[in-house]
Amino acid sequence: MISVTVNGVTHQLDIPEDTPILWALRDHMQMHGTRFGCGMAMCGACTVHLDGNPIRSCSTPIAFANGKNITTIEAMAQDSVGQKVQQAWMDEAVAQCGYCQSGQIMSAVALLKSNPNPTDEQIDNAMAGNICRCGTYNRIRKAIHSAADNPQLAKANAVDESLFVEVKA
Amino acid sequence: MSTTKTLNAATATENQTVQIANVSRRKFLGGMGMATGLVLAARWDMAFAEDAKYGRDAMPNGWTDNPNVFVSIATDGSVTIVNHRAEMGQGIRTSLVMVVADEMGADWNKVVVEQANANEPKYGNQNTDGSRSMRHFFEPMRRVGAAARHMLEQAAAQVWNVPVSDVTTTIHQVVHRPTNRTLSFAELAELAAEMKVPVAASLQLKQPSEWRYISKNPGAYPEGTTEKTGQPMAIDGRDIVTGKAVFGADVALDGMLVAKIVRPPVYCAGVKSFDATEAKKVTGVVDVIELPSVQMPSAFTPLGGIAVVAENTWAAIKASRALKIEWDNAKAGDNANYDSVAYRQQLEAAVQQPGKVVRSEGDFEQVLHSDSANKTVEASYYMPHLSQSPMEPMVAIAQVKNGKAEIWASVQNPQLAKDGVAGQLGLKPEDVTVHCTLLGGGFGRKSKPDYIFEAAALSAKLNGRPVRVQWTREDDIQQGYYHTVSLDRLEGVLDSNGKSIGWRHRSASPSITSLFGPDSGHTAVFENGMGFNTVPFDIPAIQLENPAAPAHVRIGWYRAVYNLPHAFAIQSFAAELAHEAGVDHKQYLLDLIGPARKINPTSIGEHWNYGENPAEYVLDTGRLRDVIEMATSKAGWGKTMPKNRGLGLAVHNSFVSYVAVVFDAEVTDAGELIIHRADIAVDCGPQVNPDRIRSQMEGACVMGISNALVSEITAKNGAIQQSNFHNYQVARIVHAPKEIHVHAVNNRMDVPMGGIGEPGVPPVAPALCNAIFAASGKRIRTLPIANQLKTS
Ligand code: FES
Ligand code: FES
Repeated sequence: MISVTVNGVTHQLDIPEDTPILWALRDHMQMHGTRFGCGMAMCGACTVHLDGNPIRSCSTPIAFANGKNITTIEAMAQDSVGQKVQQAWMDEAVAQCGYCQSGQIMSAVALLKSNPNPTDEQIDNAMAGNICRCGTYNRIRKAIHSAADNPQLAKANAVDESLFVEVKA
Repeated sequence: MSTTKTLNAATATENQTVQIANVSRRKFLGGMGMATGLVLAARWDMAFAEDAKYGRDAMPNGWTDNPNVFVSIATDGSVTIVNHRAEMGQGIRTSLVMVVADEMGADWNKVVVEQANANEPKYGNQNTDGSRSMRHFFEPMRRVGAAARHMLEQAAAQVWNVPVSDVTTTIHQVVHRPTNRTLSFAELAELAAEMKVPVAASLQLKQPSEWRYISKNPGAYPEGTTEKTGQPMAIDGRDIVTGKAVFGADVALDGMLVAKIVRPPVYCAGVKSFDATEAKKVTGVVDVIELPSVQMPSAFTPLGGIAVVAENTWAAIKASRALKIEWDNAKAGDNANYDSVAYRQQLEAAVQQPGKVVRSEGDFEQVLHSDSANKTVEASYYMPHLSQSPMEPMVAIAQVKNGKAEIWASVQNPQLAKDGVAGQLGLKPEDVTVHCTLLGGGFGRKSKPDYIFEAAALSAKLNGRPVRVQWTREDDIQQGYYHTVSLDRLEGVLDSNGKSIGWRHRSASPSITSLFGPDSGHTAVFENGMGFNTVPFDIPAIQLENPAAPAHVRIGWYRAVYNLPHAFAIQSFAAELAHEAGVDHKQYLLDLIGPARKINPTSIGEHWNYGENPAEYVLDTGRLRDVIEMATSKAGWGKTMPKNRGLGLAVHNSFVSYVAVVFDAEVTDAGELIIHRADIAVDCGPQVNPDRIRSQMEGACVMGISNALVSEITAKNGAIQQSNFHNYQVARIVHAPKEIHVHAVNNRMDVPMGGIGEPGVPPVAPALCNAIFAASGKRIRTLPIANQLKTS
């Protein structure tokens, strides 16, 4: 029997110890916000926090979380940094398909908790493990700066304000 | 025929649906005499004006603009609008719904979106690919919204007993102008539902100046209707950031089993024998089922293999690894010898020989040997197979029970899935329901419903237990429908002024048509029409040939499809010619394109034109020139660049849109590539959702960088050598340009609307390679770039 606390709720799980946290969440706890992208810690879609640290849940067995705290995307609306990041994500219209974004947000929140005002380079380093096949990277950088309340850097990633005025005719 | 008088689409019965379907079908069959309030005179005229059908009229099941199908208003004032196209990141659930909402005067904050099931007879075509959703449904959806507005106004006029000409709609309410009385949509909901659907000819569409959402820039939306940034919130924006968005794997059914299938590594191989003893020992395994293998052409039939069915995903995956399978490669014939290194040599040999002539103007051979031929230039460009690899691997849920099938899937072409499941199981299409979830990316892969057929077959075999077939990333990369592999050889003849007087292009690549019939090895009209025979250059002698290239894996659509190799080759070669001629690349490119003119696609012989009417959608070199001018001016073309840094340009028209890209790239002394900036100019005609246009261009830029820089699928002994993102790489945040600037031109209603999902990708790779050349003098002719720039 494995005991894990997910977003503040403790679960007793009678499942094989090698079950990845990802599948324990999705199949045994019916929490679907954490996504499956690669299953081998290559894409970051499954990122959750284990005792506050970002981990790839697809490659971390549930036994490893025994007695620990898991935080998922579902809890971010109750997290002060999480809220800011979610709002910035919506304001900058980051998401395209959205599938990678649970993981992107979990990585971004972890980054901002350890480094409240990251540079572009620090963002790139922290987010390099999160693939977005839709290619939302430039907006991710911008949204992290705006969640960090760094309008200067957010602007550096901004697109031209006057883009759509080129109306001929 | 009775018409549906309710404005409540949610309560429309299947009967009514079928009636609408009949009308729509008859239109295509050429039947007359069914015109009712639902079928609009203008539509009939259009349909019979000429035999050939184009655009939305040519798509299976066409379109409808019946508001009863798409709009319902509840008595609390909420407006439910149906989106019938697949949402995969292009934002169509927001954009199409926004069109309806704007035309009907609905307040965005009171709009709810309902995702349609597969039902083309009811909704019109739902096949979401080819960058078609907005260009085919903008006009019908405007009429849907306008018709709903007219019905609300009719209802209000009736309540007040005033002429309808005295009432007008503002935001979510109807106003009686002389007295300023108002009735809200909520108050009018029931009565409006009883109003007759107005005929299209009587509809007054809004003037662009009256639009509140359509074509508005971020920040330009009216007060009070908006979120913080002043733009309509993406419909799924909040659900995505809170993890609530429902993708294909997020539907949970009681008693649902999970299947993981081990498919043959070689296309068309079968199972010789297998041993499931160890697999069955894994806790949670329910069954191990052998599935039939396929033969070419396999179309969308699943590849077969061995399915492990279990109570949960992990058990299925774990047990699948414990299977011992001996494959029967003899069944696969030649495919078992497919080797990417040898195949490239085969393509290289093929393009040395004349191929099937695709287009011939002037006499290339004569020009080549003429006195004016001062210089000849030759180069070949190679692009490997690619895997779409959307972040959400393929997944489908099926429950086949009591003569009915119910499917939940993330799918680009739901009707194809529905008809296919019906055919496969011997059911009537109306007994198959396909629920469409959000797609975690598609890029063409989810246009092929093989994974849905797998789920249906397994549920049927398991006596109707619901089954989720879960593809892993390895499955996705190793058993895909790959982007073609290509060799494009170009020869250019320059006169003594460096002017291009002869152009020969031989393009060899396996065809998607190999999926559907005997493989001729030749690319089809629609493939050649993606930038090969449509080369827009003003050169006296143009010779285009297509040597044969047989397929040994499943070839399928990949975002922008054959435009990718054609643009890479043509736009790289144009830069090479400019270099040989000693002329500035931009100037040379403009000269190649020639003066602004409208080329009728029929004038180049076999044409496809993305299914659009050649009289309406001409190849407009003026628009090509416009995007070149815009991208280069924004990038500061001609300025002095720092050491190791250069600007690279490419332009391409595809999906009836025009896109130019300029990269500012640096190649360090160590051979490291730094992409400082991308300037992308796009002309897709009228811009419905400018921010989504921009994000599609940004995403296309990043995907183009994946294609150019890191992605490659190769085969050896018939099997794909890559298996996950460690060896099939795609662009990460570190590869993204430091800045992407998108500039849209020609936002005007007098040019026909183009696509936006795909056309951004093709110019990216050649523009990047041209920038690398400008920065370092190194010319890239083989993709991906990978380590080619490394100096040590
Ligand atoms: S699914 Fe865990 S890193 Fe990709
Ligand atoms: S938004 Fe689609 S994968 Fe990131």
